[in-house]
Amino acid sequence: MSEAASETTFETVGGRRNAGSRAWIARRAEGVVIPLGALLVGMAAFSIFLLAIGKSPIELFDLMWRGGFSSWFSIQNTLSRTAPLLLAGLCVALPARLGLAVIGGEGAIVLGGVATAAVGEALAGSGVPGPIGIVAMALGGMAAGGLWIGAVGALRHYRAVNETISSLLMAYIAIALMNHLVEGPLRDPASLNKPSTQPIEAIYRIGAIPGTDVHWGLAVGVVACILCWVLIEKTSWGFAARVAGGNMRAAQIQGLPVGPLIVGFCAIAGACAGLGGTLEVAAVHGNANASLAAGYGYTGILVAFLARQNPLAIIPVAILLGGIDASGGLIQRRMHLPDATVLVLQGMIFISILFSDTVYGRWKIFNPELWTEKG
Amino acid sequence: MAEDGQKAISVEAVGMTMRFGGFTALDDVSIRIPAGSFHALLGENGAGKSTLVKCMMGFYRPTAGQMMVEGREELVDSPRAAAAFGLGMVYQHFTLVPSLTGAENLVINRTDTPQVIDWGKERAALHAFMQAMPFQVPLDEPVARLAAGEKQKLEIIKQLYLGRRFIVLDEPTSVLTPGEADEVLGHVRRMTKRGELTVLMISHKFNEVMTFADDVTVLRKGQRAGGGKVAELDHQAMAAMMIGDQKIATLDVRQPVAADAAAALTATDVKALDRTGLKSITIAGLTVRAGEIVGIAGISGNGQKEFLEVLAGQRHRETGEITVKGARYHATRGEAHALNVRFIPEEPLRNACAPRMTVADNLAFRTFDLDKRGRHSFWIDAGAIRRNADRLVTRFKVKTASLDTPIAALSGGNVQRAVLARELTGEVDVLIVANPCFGLDFAAVADIRARIMQARNAGAAVLLVSEDLDELLELSDRILVMSEGSIVYETPIAGADSRVIGQHMAGHH
Repeated sequence: MSEAASETTFETVGGRRNAGSRAWIARRAEGVVIPLGALLVGMAAFSIFLLAIGKSPIELFDLMWRGGFSSWFSIQNTLSRTAPLLLAGLCVALPARLGLAVIGGEGAIVLGGVATAAVGEALAGSGVPGPIGIVAMALGGMAAGGLWIGAVGALRHYRAVNETISSLLMAYIAIALMNHLVEGPLRDPASLNKPSTQPIEAIYRIGAIPGTDVHWGLAVGVVACILCWVLIEKTSWGFAARVAGGNMRAAQIQGLPVGPLIVGFCAIAGACAGLGGTLEVAAVHGNANASLAAGYGYTGILVAFLARQNPLAIIPVAILLGGIDASGGLIQRRMHLPDATVLVLQGMIFISILFSDTVYGRWKIFNPELWTEKG
Repeated sequence: MAEDGQKAISVEAVGMTMRFGGFTALDDVSIRIPAGSFHALLGENGAGKSTLVKCMMGFYRPTAGQMMVEGREELVDSPRAAAAFGLGMVYQHFTLVPSLTGAENLVINRTDTPQVIDWGKERAALHAFMQAMPFQVPLDEPVARLAAGEKQKLEIIKQLYLGRRFIVLDEPTSVLTPGEADEVLGHVRRMTKRGELTVLMISHKFNEVMTFADDVTVLRKGQRAGGGKVAELDHQAMAAMMIGDQKIATLDVRQPVAADAAAALTATDVKALDRTGLKSITIAGLTVRAGEIVGIAGISGNGQKEFLEVLAGQRHRETGEITVKGARYHATRGEAHALNVRFIPEEPLRNACAPRMTVADNLAFRTFDLDKRGRHSFWIDAGAIRRNADRLVTRFKVKTASLDTPIAALSGGNVQRAVLARELTGEVDVLIVANPCFGLDFAAVADIRARIMQARNAGAAVLLVSEDLDELLELSDRILVMSEGSIVYETPIAGADSRVIGQHMAGHH
C-alpha cells in the first residue's frame, strides 16, 4: 500500500526540492508549536492548581511578568539567573542527542564550583593576573564537571549502567563530596554559620557586563550554546553523534566510534555544567558552599526538553525560565505563596512537555509526507 | 473441545471494505471458502491480505461487509466471537509458551480450564484426542525443545483441540525447512480432503499454492485482482495478477567466476560466543573470492546473526582471523573505508538507518566525514551531502517526497534501495548482505537482487546470508549451510538440491 501511495511523488529534482522545503518548514513549525502548546497546557494546569488553593492565576502571571520581564531591573535579574540555566541545559541536551537521558547535571555544577574555589584558593596571593586566574578556575570547573559526567558516559558504554540513574545518584555523591570538602579540608575558619571555602580574591572575581548588573556568565553561556550548536550541526563529530543517537546499531555497523562519542559528548556536557559552577562561585557567591546545589541542574532538564535538545533554542528557553525563577521572590511576598510554588509550576510544565512528545507526527499539517506515504 | 465427527465449515466474506482515515486498505473484496476446501490468499506485502483476514476474524471492524458462516450471516465482531463460530488462526510467529509442555499449552488455552487442573484426567483426554489426529507431536516436552516444524504442527493441533473447524494459516512455512513445510501442509491438505477442516492460507510462494491449494484469491492494492481454481492457473498467470503491469528488474547475466579470482574475504577458525553466551559459533574456514556470491543458508538462530556480528565488528571473537584482500580486518571505519568493505544488515530501517533523520542524512552515513579527496574532514559539507543524496536517489530510483523526508516515512523497498544506494556506490570489493529482501514487494525484490548481481559482476566478493532458500538458489555461486553454529555443508550452485540443503538446515545429516 505504501508503494501505491508513493507513486504520487515528485519526479523532477526541482519539484522534490520545493516539496522538501515546504515539508521542512512544516516540521520546524511542529518543533516550535508543540513545546509552546505544552508550555501553555502546563500553565493552564497550574492555574487550576492556584484556583484550588484560592489564589488568582491572573495575579500570579501578572506578577511573573512584572518580576521577570517588565522593567530593566527585572530583566537584569532574569538574565543573571539565565547563565547557569544555559549551561545546565546543555548538560542535558548534548547527551540527549546521543539518545542518553543524563539528568545529574547538578552534580557537575556543584563539583565545578568546588574545583573553582579550590583553584581560587591556590591562586590567593600568587600574583597571577586576573584574567589568567579566571581562565584557570574555569578550566578547573570544566575539568571537574567533565570528568563527572564523562564517567557517567563511560559507565553507560563500557559497563551498561543506566545513565539516568547513575547520573542522578552521582549528583548526590557530588553534593556529599562538596559538603565534606566545604566543612573539612577547604573550610574557611571564618565561615561560622554557613561553612564555605575561602573567599576568592577580588581580582579573580568575574564582574558585570559594562552598563548592567548582569555578570559575564550570560555571555559565556550564550557562546557555549552557539559552540555546541556548531559542534552538533556542522562538524563530522556532531553528525556521528546524531547518527548514534538516531540508531546506535546503525552507527556501530558504520564503524563509528560509539564509545568515544558517548564519553566525549558526556564530558563536554559535564564541562558545560562545571563551567556553570565556576560562574556561580566566581561571579555570584565568591566562594563555594551549600548554595551551589540550588537546583539549576534540575531546572536544566526542563530547559533542555523545552528546547527540544537544540542548543540554540536553549537560549530563549533559559531566559524564559530565568524570568519565572526571578519572579519567585515577588510572588512569595505579594501572594503569600511559598517558594516551592514555582517548583509546582515547573513540574507541571515538565509533565506536559513529556506528554507532548507523544503527539509529534499526529497532525497532518506538520507532517504532510508521513501522511501521504504511509496512508 | 473438539468432538469426533465434527465437520469442516464453510466461510464466506462478502464485500469486505476497510478504510483507515482516508486510506482504503481493502476495497469491496469477497471470498468464498466452501467446507473442506484449501484456499490460498496471494498478494504482495501491503496488498491487503492480513487486513482481509483480520476483518474476517474479528480483529478489525470492517467499514463495510459481512461474514457468512455455514451460509448464515453472522456478526463476528471480536476474536472471541470468531472462536465461538469455530474460526481460528495460526500466526506466522509462534504463540506457544516455550517453557511449558505441549500438553500444558493446549490445556491453558482452553476457555473452560478449571481453577484446579486434574492433570491425570487431562492427559488421558489429550491422549484420546491425539489418537484421532492425523499427525503426532510429543506433548510432554517443553515447547522450547521442539523443532520449528513440530511447533507449527502443535499450533495447528491447538486450533483443532480448541474446536476450530476453519483455520487461517498466516505464511505457515516461513519458519520451516522445505521438508517440514511439505510435511505440515501435506497433513493439513489431507484433513481438508477428508472434510474435517477448511483452510485459508496466506502465502506468497507460488509452489506452495500450486501443490496444496484448491482455489486461490489474489489481492493487489486492496482489491481482488483475480483468482479461481489453482488447477486452471499457472505461475505466470498468478504473478501477473499479483504485480499487475509493473516493470520488474531482470538479473544481469552471471559472469563466470575467473578461475584465478583472488580470495577477497576469508574467515579462519573464527570462534565467538552466541547470543546466550552459553554456546559458541565456529567458522573453521570460509573464503569468498572476487566476483562470486557465496550464500549462507540456515534456519534463523543457528549462528548466522552472530557470525555477521563478528564480521561487522560488533561481537567479540575469541579466536581466529578475518582477512580482506589479504589484510587482517577488524571492521573499523578506517579499514572498511580503505578496503572497500560494505555491510548491509537485515531489516535496514532497524539496523542501517536513523529513522528520524532525513533521507539525505541517511544517505551520507558512509561518507559524511570525508572530503572530496577522501580524507578525513572535521567539518561537514551540507551542500555536498545534498548533491550526493540527489544523485543517489535518482540513480537508484528511491521514491521519496523529498530529500528532507525522515527516512522512516519511506516504504520498506525504498528504504532498502536507499541503503543499497549508499553502500553500493564507489568501488566495492567485499559486500556482506543479510536477508536483503525480507518483507519487500515484488518489484523491490527484483530490483535489489539485480543490484547485488551487478555488484558481483563488477568484481565484488559477496557474502549473502539469507533465510530464503529461493533467493540463495537464484543468486549464489556457492551455497553453504549453517547449522548449530558452524558450516555443515557446502555445494556449488550447479549441484545444489533444495531438499539436501533443507536436510542439512534441519540438522539431519
